[in-house]
Amino acid sequence: MSLQKDDDPGAAPARADALPGEVYATVQAGEDFQELRRRFRRFAFPMTAAFLGWYLLYVVLSGWARDFMGTELVGSINVALVFGLLQFVSTFLIAWLYSRHADNKTDPLAAKLRSELEEASHGS
Amino acid sequence: MDHEALAIILFLLFVAGTLVITVWASRNTRDAADFYAGGRSFSGVQNGMAIGGDYMSAASFLGIAGLIALYGYDGFLYSIGFLVAWLVALLLVAELMRNSGKYTMADVLAFRMSPRPVRTAAGVSTITVSIFYLLAQMVGAGALVALLFGFTSDFAKAATIVLVGVLMIVYVVVGGMKGTTWVQIVKAVLLMGGATLVTVLVLAKFGFNLSTLLRDAAEQSGKGGQFLEPGLRYATEAQGLAGKLDLISLGLALVLGTAGLPHILIRFYTVPTARDARKSVLWGIGIIGTFYLLTLVLGFGAAALVGSAEIAEANPAGNTAAPQLAQRVGELIFGDVGGTILLAIIAAVAFATILAVVAGLTLASSSSFAHDLYAHVIKRGQATEREEIRVARISAFVIGAVAIVLGIFAQRLNVAFLVALAFAVAASGNLPAILYSLFWKRFNTAGAVAAIYGGLGSAVLLVIFSPVVSGTEKALFTDVDFSWFPLENPGIVSIPFGFLCGWLGTVLSKEHNAQKYAEIEVRSLTGVGAEKATPH
Repeated sequence: MSLQKDDDPGAAPARADALPGEVYATVQAGEDFQELRRRFRRFAFPMTAAFLGWYLLYVVLSGWARDFMGTELVGSINVALVFGLLQFVSTFLIAWLYSRHADNKTDPLAAKLRSELEEASHGS
Repeated sequence: MDHEALAIILFLLFVAGTLVITVWASRNTRDAADFYAGGRSFSGVQNGMAIGGDYMSAASFLGIAGLIALYGYDGFLYSIGFLVAWLVALLLVAELMRNSGKYTMADVLAFRMSPRPVRTAAGVSTITVSIFYLLAQMVGAGALVALLFGFTSDFAKAATIVLVGVLMIVYVVVGGMKGTTWVQIVKAVLLMGGATLVTVLVLAKFGFNLSTLLRDAAEQSGKGGQFLEPGLRYATEAQGLAGKLDLISLGLALVLGTAGLPHILIRFYTVPTARDARKSVLWGIGIIGTFYLLTLVLGFGAAALVGSAEIAEANPAGNTAAPQLAQRVGELIFGDVGGTILLAIIAAVAFATILAVVAGLTLASSSSFAHDLYAHVIKRGQATEREEIRVARISAFVIGAVAIVLGIFAQRLNVAFLVALAFAVAASGNLPAILYSLFWKRFNTAGAVAAIYGGLGSAVLLVIFSPVVSGTEKALFTDVDFSWFPLENPGIVSIPFGFLCGWLGTVLSKEHNAQKYAEIEVRSLTGVGAEKATPH
């Protein structure tokens, strides 16, 4: 039940083809949507935890493990620099993995649900 | 010709070009979607470049290169936080926000909550964050003109601030989001071009051997191997545990703040679909990442070729390291004329950078004032589109004027902490509210309001009682001491506190709207009912 006191037309614009509110609850409970949500969250949530952890590890090592970070690897290039550059590599890599995941796993399912819903709203 | 005249000519060319674009954009700005969101008709690539333009501020370009030139490795810590932060925006925010919002950050929050309190809170937070950021850029502009052109009088600085302010008001009032976006794109191209040029020349000087460059930088810095390790600027041994905690606190604000910055969030509305929003963040990550790699070379290059002592002498914060390097490397390779030309190019690029960033900030805050506070809080959703755009233009003018006045008065103050504070507020107040409303079924009005005010309030209060405002020689007020919070960065306390307030506010209130959550969840993930691009 809606407990809202006043309507907010700015957020949810009233459209001629707007769907009645109950439709969303039905879709949300449906198998396709549950699968879409699972696919999205299964990638996004653990990956967020992973890159935040990886980044915090880098910051903590920069604060507490100075000797380790200062170890020279090749010439003047030390662990700190390589670790920092690896943060760039991991960021680019995760961005690419996510885009591939979205293209292959979530976009097609989202498009299917969207066209079904749009059809339903035109039919009603 | 000297470098000052050439830099002024190049800068005027930039201004003339962007003003032409702005007037052209104004002819294609008809309705609110055009003014606030550029008609949602930019491509992913264009918006990706504009994201780069909005994000790569003078603080990034001059500030980080300067930090690296003076303190070595520690400057790099900043760039990494700024870059990794984009993954939060990519994975959790950009697409869902594009699908469920319309013009401002508050649209997403107000979707399933009582709109007036939530929009008031989001509007207050948006305007606060933007003004902090804006002020830092304006004061930076005043300082920059002194450094680059030798205009050291207060009048020259004030005149620069007024010029920057007037131009940014024109971009926003006349061009709206369309004009502003094109200004960002042009600026991003110029900044990347200028930074790449200098980087390639520096690398060429060292035979494209990074190790030699680093070795020379360490030698010239006078700090030896330590220059290439963390610990000269942040968490120095002298600062002890507080310094280390401060480093983590800063890191948290940098990595979590980006996805809560209002001027970044409204960028996601300028593209036709969520897929384009994703694409634009991917391009943004590519551009921003490349840029920070370039600043690494610029910073160490400046240390190696100009020397830390000479840089610190020109500006204690190192803000002129990049222009000084441009001049030096130009002289070394092409002779005096080359040095003059390169310095002029980099000086003009730095100005273009400031101008574009302040325009983005002014647009974000005036949009939020008109759309959230005026149209929905004051007029309760009864304002027409024409009225709303008119108010947005007036508020851009007012916010610009306020920024000019504050900028002039703050000229002599050390306001560098304001950028970090803007990130801390965004991470502590805005991010919890956004994430909870996208992912937490139970979240409600009380939670959203508590998260925003709790995060905003705690971040600002902790900074007021921190060593950056009083009690130290470098503080805002040097002759009083009311500091009791030991860290310069509030994030380590205020971010968890913002999330806690959001949770507590939610569970203490009975309000709960399952049907609206179903709607926002289905809409945000599938894109059904999302705002469409305008067809002209």
